Amino acid sequence: MKDLNIIFAGFGGQGVLFAGKVTAYAGLIEGKELSWLPSYGPEMRGGTANCSVCISEQPIGSPLVTAPNVLVAMNQPSLQRFIDGVEPGGLVILDSSLIDLTIGRADVTVHRVPASALAEENGLKGLANMILVGKLFHELGFCPPETLDQAIEKCVPARRAAMLELNRRAVALGAEQ
Amino acid sequence: MKVLMKGNEALAEAAIRAGCKHFFGYPITPQTELAAYMSKRMPKIGGTYLQAESEIAAVNMVLGAAAAGVRAMTSSSSPGISLKSEGISYMAGSDLPALIINVQRGGPGLGGIQPSQSDYWQATKATGHGDFQILVFAPSTVQEMVDLVSTAFDAADRWRMPAMILADGMLGQMMEPVALPDENEKTLPEKDWAANGHQGRREHHVINSLYLTPDKLEDLVVERYQRYRQVKAQEQRAEAYLCDDADIIVTAYGASSRVARTAVNQARERGIKAGLLRPVTLWPFPVDAIRKAAGHAKAFLTVEMSMGQMVDDVRLAIDCQVPVHFFGRTGGIIPTPAEVLGEIEKLA
Repeated sequence: MKDLNIIFAGFGGQGVLFAGKVTAYAGLIEGKELSWLPSYGPEMRGGTANCSVCISEQPIGSPLVTAPNVLVAMNQPSLQRFIDGVEPGGLVILDSSLIDLTIGRADVTVHRVPASALAEENGLKGLANMILVGKLFHELGFCPPETLDQAIEKCVPARRAAMLELNRRAVALGAEQ
Repeated sequence: MKVLMKGNEALAEAAIRAGCKHFFGYPITPQTELAAYMSKRMPKIGGTYLQAESEIAAVNMVLGAAAAGVRAMTSSSSPGISLKSEGISYMAGSDLPALIINVQRGGPGLGGIQPSQSDYWQATKATGHGDFQILVFAPSTVQEMVDLVSTAFDAADRWRMPAMILADGMLGQMMEPVALPDENEKTLPEKDWAANGHQGRREHHVINSLYLTPDKLEDLVVERYQRYRQVKAQEQRAEAYLCDDADIIVTAYGASSRVARTAVNQARERGIKAGLLRPVTLWPFPVDAIRKAAGHAKAFLTVEMSMGQMVDDVRLAIDCQVPVHFFGRTGGIIPTPAEVLGEIEKLA
């Protein structure tokens, strides 16, 4: 498996840390080495939040991703901040409901998913993050769908069991985009 | 199966599983998840979680609990550790074992809240006033945070001295898979010196750090330093990675050692014989491992998230046999593997 160095970025409250955690758990279930590192600090309150997720066959060195090969961006400031650092050949998945920037790079693969609008239309309010996770896993294909399903189970707390089915629907919807 | 845990939470759970039932703390970023975790778990296991009115109060509660012979701990981040330094000195002067966790952030003063390693000198040279040392352990992964908590408690009890885990905001905030030790009640060492109430069945024990007669105080300090000599002989720990044939040896601990490891791997891919020597104990400093590595290396490069603190100990250990270079970022900046690789390439 190729090393995955992923940045999930967006506004605080969009669930970028959760999206990263689900991805990290999928790596754990697959028996990979992995790390999850959140941004922390004042920028989380209404500003931008992001997390670095590394998944590899080898022990993870620095868990801080500065040159991602995957970027999941949920707002324009995040895209602007991280797009230049994406490795050539990298994968960029963005929420096109909230981002209408053109990307001045021909050396990365860009998938525009109207995740926020899809979430709104399908009764999945607040789950744009998981729609993008669905797309991400569909594109990466690094694990079978069952792994992602188990990872979601690990991350949704038991007291919010009702959210489990909604998360599954969001992921399935994302994979179809 | 392993679980994903934040470093801060893993430290807390590991402490509970190491038999610590008494936690006294005060919130500060980037350490707060540790105290928050303790506040949920301690009541469930019949332990004590207490948020004190200040860091100073918290560390003195640890002193009291340790004097009564139980495993006790506190945690904080850099500015809070400065406040705790008085209590740590009193514990050292009273020969009390306890665990203090420092999840370092940028300094001096209130500094910032991003990861830093600028408290190395404080931890290893002057955690408070007076002639004393504490044990200092420096984990570099969440799993090692778990493992070293129990090691630190055991060593603190063995040598009757405070122990510190010197972590940083990156290790505290990140999640990695961990295997936790089982939850069975741990058998803890007997503490026949504890001031724990005896209903008149024996002579009372005295826990004290005040000795007004210089001869008596000197004797006690000298005795303590004889113990430190044994600690230095028995407790040094380091990890050598690709050091056997290395021309350039990078020394780094904790978060920066992870960056250094990536840079060493990249240097090897470019045909540069680089290795990483990672101190796991910062006091006692792993002098023996460094001297051994110095026997064949052409240059050392110390990488820290500070302006250069551990580098002094590397130079002292090597005794000027080999040049020791330094690269650091500070203020909450984590160096990149590319920066460290650039420094290695300059020496190759």
